[in-house]
Amino acid sequence: MKRDRMPEVPALLDVKAVLDPATALQEASRPRLLTPAGWGGVLLALAIVAIAVPLANLVAPVDSVFHLSDYAVGLIGKIMCYAICALAMDLIWGYTGILSLGHGLFFALGGYAMGMYLMRQIGRDGNYASELPDFMVFLDWKALPWHWAGSGSFAFQMLMALLVPGLLALVFGFFAFRSRIKGVYFSIITQALTFAAMLLFFRNETGFGGNNGFTDFKRILGTPIATASTRMLLFVLTGGVLIGFFLMARAIVTSKFGRVLQAIRDAESRVMFTGYDPLAYKLAIWTLSAVMCGVAGALYVPQVGIINPSEMSPAASIEMAIWAAVGGRATLIGPIVGAFFVNGAKSWFTQVVPEFWLYFLGALFIAVTLFLPNGLVGLAAQLRRKKKDVAE
Amino acid sequence: MTPELQQAGAEALQRWRQKEQVSASSGGRSASFGRLVHAHEPDFAHGVALYLDDITVSFDGFKALNALSLAINVGELRCIIGPNGAGKTTMMDVITGKTRPDLGSASFGQNIDLLRLRENAIAQIGIGRKFQKPTVYEQLSVFENLELALAADRRVRASLFSRLSGAQLDRIGEVMALIHLLPEAQRTAGLLSHGQKQWLEIGMLLMQDPKLLLLDEPVAGMTDEETERTAELFLSLEGQHSLVVVEHDMKFVEQLTEGWKKVTVLHEGRVLAEGTLADVQANEQVVEVYLGR
Repeated sequence: MKRDRMPEVPALLDVKAVLDPATALQEASRPRLLTPAGWGGVLLALAIVAIAVPLANLVAPVDSVFHLSDYAVGLIGKIMCYAICALAMDLIWGYTGILSLGHGLFFALGGYAMGMYLMRQIGRDGNYASELPDFMVFLDWKALPWHWAGSGSFAFQMLMALLVPGLLALVFGFFAFRSRIKGVYFSIITQALTFAAMLLFFRNETGFGGNNGFTDFKRILGTPIATASTRMLLFVLTGGVLIGFFLMARAIVTSKFGRVLQAIRDAESRVMFTGYDPLAYKLAIWTLSAVMCGVAGALYVPQVGIINPSEMSPAASIEMAIWAAVGGRATLIGPIVGAFFVNGAKSWFTQVVPEFWLYFLGALFIAVTLFLPNGLVGLAAQLRRKKKDVAE
Repeated sequence: MTPELQQAGAEALQRWRQKEQVSASSGGRSASFGRLVHAHEPDFAHGVALYLDDITVSFDGFKALNALSLAINVGELRCIIGPNGAGKTTMMDVITGKTRPDLGSASFGQNIDLLRLRENAIAQIGIGRKFQKPTVYEQLSVFENLELALAADRRVRASLFSRLSGAQLDRIGEVMALIHLLPEAQRTAGLLSHGQKQWLEIGMLLMQDPKLLLLDEPVAGMTDEETERTAELFLSLEGQHSLVVVEHDMKFVEQLTEGWKKVTVLHEGRVLAEGTLADVQANEQVVEVYLGR
């Protein structure tokens, strides 16, 4: 550009003055991972998960008000797994604008990988006292099928919990994004994908226990799975993974990579004509979000004690989208809040008035769509702003 | 491999290196022997930035472009006018890789075949495009919009760990001042006025530092003052960059051509007339097309 013909450019100092060096420029050029308050929140969450809950569950006497029942710990642990999925949904839907209705598949694949290992850990303690899992004995199989070859190794199965969802997402995503499948078409295809997988896993011949799936787990890494300490360890691990993923997601969305994702959501053609290859970006975040769901599934199965093809049902995947939408998209914290709110409500409703749960869920979704486009987190921000206005 | 062969190979390499050195230091001898052409950089030695030849695009039998041929010189500012449906936007789509023509060829410089590249690759070799409808990232701030457009490594890993340098920051500030959006730096782009969005998109184009700028109706929706400033900006870019401006606003075109530059009139997917604005306005065919009969 010819400098001499340019309209007046303020001196460098002015540029920085207008941008307000303390906040704006710094924020813009190198955004903070979290505000101090945010870090406080993370530490608080970590303290609750790693100290408060174990104390309340294991140490506090049963009749004390501080006691947390095993049921409650199990429920919270389960919801934290869901929250990881909601976080993964937020990265792909909230930030990149790609609505996946098939994330339940990745969750279930991670769960099945863990389940296969847990089935082998039962050993000869099953109903048929065989080395083979019970359902294989029932089907009169004499040996393990090929895809069970590594199931005796914890490390191998954990690797599979990451690789299988990741590779499936990579291959599927490559073809879908390369063909520029977008919007509702992409959603429908992911929905079909998880449905097809569900039908496949329902069949006994595929070697995944058919419609019963895997259950009756006895041990994990040689220790009994149902003891209070093992369950608590799994709980703390899940909480740690959730917090870790949150920080990772936060690092992603505050990086330039994260801003490119948002740019793809807002104007993909402009991104392309600026020289970025949207395929690579979409594929990276899509695969990452699938792997996150796989991890969530692997943590979910030992805590809940069962995995079956219903986790791949279309409804399960749609629910994940609802958690993210209810909590507030593109906020990261919102989907976690949404997962806790919706699943908390679900467990309350199914205990008290089970027949009204689905009506409530439907009404909730409609209400959020109509009145809270930014979800619960958006509502909180709105109220805060209103309060401020009133105060002023 | 025999020692003689190795020897011969080493000598050949030596000769080639010498030749390369000579050609690199010879300077100023454009279009000469021994000039090195790199595969990913356009070669402008013959003075042509963009060359379209016989481009034909048809949509369901309707020929949006009908054997269109056009050459834009390096550093030239070319205005393209024409009635609605003349194929102006389709032409830009072909150049930027959005639409593949049925026939014809398009090259950037004299060595890069645009028809073989995808949109993002075309943008990376130095063709920037402004859309008819201002297209900015609505949810991001003005600053972030410009930051993403800044010429830099476009790969995923690079952007994950990218940090702006002081020079890059200054460059963003410079462009923000140039497009008069410095006070709006932290404002969400979606909240800008239509004219400001147009400016922001032009600013994003400047951040890319393209060799060729394609501008589709850049002053639509701008006030007279903004239009004037845009014209000044484009004139300041002329020479360093090649510009193709598609515009309906004749006053704006007049300002840009400064009475002597070439204007191309498109009609029904082909070039109807070419010449100075005064020439084409006097052309009977052009008048006929514009006024109808």
